[in-house]
Amino acid sequence: MSEKTEMADYADLAVVPRTRMQRVWETRAVWLTPLLLLAAPVSIFVLLIVIPIIQSIWISFYDWDGTGPASWVGLGNYAELFADPQFYVSLKNNVIWLLLFLLAPVVGLAIAVFLNQTLPEMRLVKSIFFIPLVLAHVIIGVVFTWFYDPTFGIIAILARAVGMTPPAILSNEHLVTFGIIAAALWSQIAFCLVLFLAGLSQLDDDLIAAGRLDGASGWPLFYYVVLPQLRPVTFVATIITVIMSLRNFDMIAIMTQGGPYGSSTVLAYQMFDATIFSYRAGYGAAIATVLFAIMSVYIAWFLRYTLKQEAAER
Amino acid sequence: MYPTPIQDSSLPVRVGYRFVLYVAIAVWIAPLIAIVMTAIRAQGDLLAGNYWGMPQQFALVENFREIFASSPMGMFFVNSIVVTVTTVVGVLILSTLAAVALAKYPFPGRTLVFSMFIAGNFVPYQILMIPVRGIVLSLGLYDSIWALIIFHTAFQTGFATLFLRNFVVALPNELFEAARLEGASEFTIIWQIIVPLLRPALAGLSVLVFTFVWNDYFWALVLVQSDAAKPLTLGLAGLKGEWLTAWNLISAGSLAAALPPVVLFFLTQKHFVAGLTVGAVKS
Repeated sequence: MSEKTEMADYADLAVVPRTRMQRVWETRAVWLTPLLLLAAPVSIFVLLIVIPIIQSIWISFYDWDGTGPASWVGLGNYAELFADPQFYVSLKNNVIWLLLFLLAPVVGLAIAVFLNQTLPEMRLVKSIFFIPLVLAHVIIGVVFTWFYDPTFGIIAILARAVGMTPPAILSNEHLVTFGIIAAALWSQIAFCLVLFLAGLSQLDDDLIAAGRLDGASGWPLFYYVVLPQLRPVTFVATIITVIMSLRNFDMIAIMTQGGPYGSSTVLAYQMFDATIFSYRAGYGAAIATVLFAIMSVYIAWFLRYTLKQEAAER
Repeated sequence: MYPTPIQDSSLPVRVGYRFVLYVAIAVWIAPLIAIVMTAIRAQGDLLAGNYWGMPQQFALVENFREIFASSPMGMFFVNSIVVTVTTVVGVLILSTLAAVALAKYPFPGRTLVFSMFIAGNFVPYQILMIPVRGIVLSLGLYDSIWALIIFHTAFQTGFATLFLRNFVVALPNELFEAARLEGASEFTIIWQIIVPLLRPALAGLSVLVFTFVWNDYFWALVLVQSDAAKPLTLGLAGLKGEWLTAWNLISAGSLAAALPPVVLFFLTQKHFVAGLTVGAVKS
């Protein structure tokens, strides 16, 4: 923000002549009011979000069971973590999650283009497509577990119908992560769909009409005229999808608890497992710190984008 | 308009579009149809191996009666309602205050506070887990619904502030100036002028926060233990182990858990969508 607009904002507060006392109060009010307004929300946020982040990083330098005395081990937890094969399983799964989650913006955009029509029933149709977004991951996890059931599941039944041996998706270490991701993608696609439908509704009609006049249609029209206008939405959809892919915990906890043999864990789940089931809070904190470090890159990227947009709008 | 309106196309294309559309809906919503059909099924259907076909007996009411009579589902439901509604109220108050401060008062560190709320909103829960559990334990609130209320209120305040701020920024400054000229205090201005104007935004925000908190599983897992404090998501996950083969009961429970956010969503769809897309598209 420039100096000039800031001065103007201050000036707003004192447009008419006032008594001296009033003026003193008003100049105070300029900083006192926001201070009072922010006191409660900022305190609770700092206490329960910001400080715990710092504490977690601090705990990661200790060997601690979560309740008893803690002893300083420096980078010991990290040394152990980087030598732990389970860590690389989690990390590999995190990468698979991230890459496959990138299908969400692509599929979401495709469905958005498909649904961006003005038929009378469209409002209801769109609402139906948004439903997965408001369903708890616990519920989605339960239903997909049944879909995948090797005896009674719909996939097993279909497989048998075409003469195949039904795959035991959730107990096969090579398939399990893909099975869970498919379930999680359902609601992530719905999220991207919402964003892209909003984006499509704000396309510049003149530009599209001009493109059509110039003879553009099909893929070139989409690629050269439509897609560039959707860039801000695409960015937000993609970066939030990446963040969500790294945050996923519920679905794994419900569907496999990291199994079979730890083959479907991700860092978020491994951290929980280490802290709660193995009573290794220090080690868990180290895993959380690594996950946090990875996600910070994307969070910072998103933050920079948002602040830049803010600056541009003023 | 992009893509070309289907109304301008030839008849076969129009019919084809509708056909593909309805097939797509059926495929997309299949998991939900599965829950509803299974919630209708009687146990006999499942014993006979009818897991995916049409239910042979209509047992929806019996299944619902069964889950509320033979398990603490009723208690979980009440817990979920109390936690979620209390959190929503707390978040609305805190985030309105913060949003007005960030949108209408220049002060040093404004960008920093704003950034804190945005970034905090996206951190992985695991980096908060151990200290938050510690705080809750030291306050003597572990295993109570207050543990969930306090944490959710803090966490959602970040998102809610970000959300509301966009709406407050859009309110004209003249409104504030006029009220100040009349001698209204800053808090009167917020309560009597800003809040009424924000009503649609607050409605959308309420539904979003309701959905986020209602569907939470992780924090319930970390902060509560006993049935008296469990919300529906955690309770349902526990019953899944108990009712291993009683898919009809788990489905009825899932349906009960899914209904409040779905109904709320349908009632306030416009605001809900506007809320989710804040920051991604111009409102």
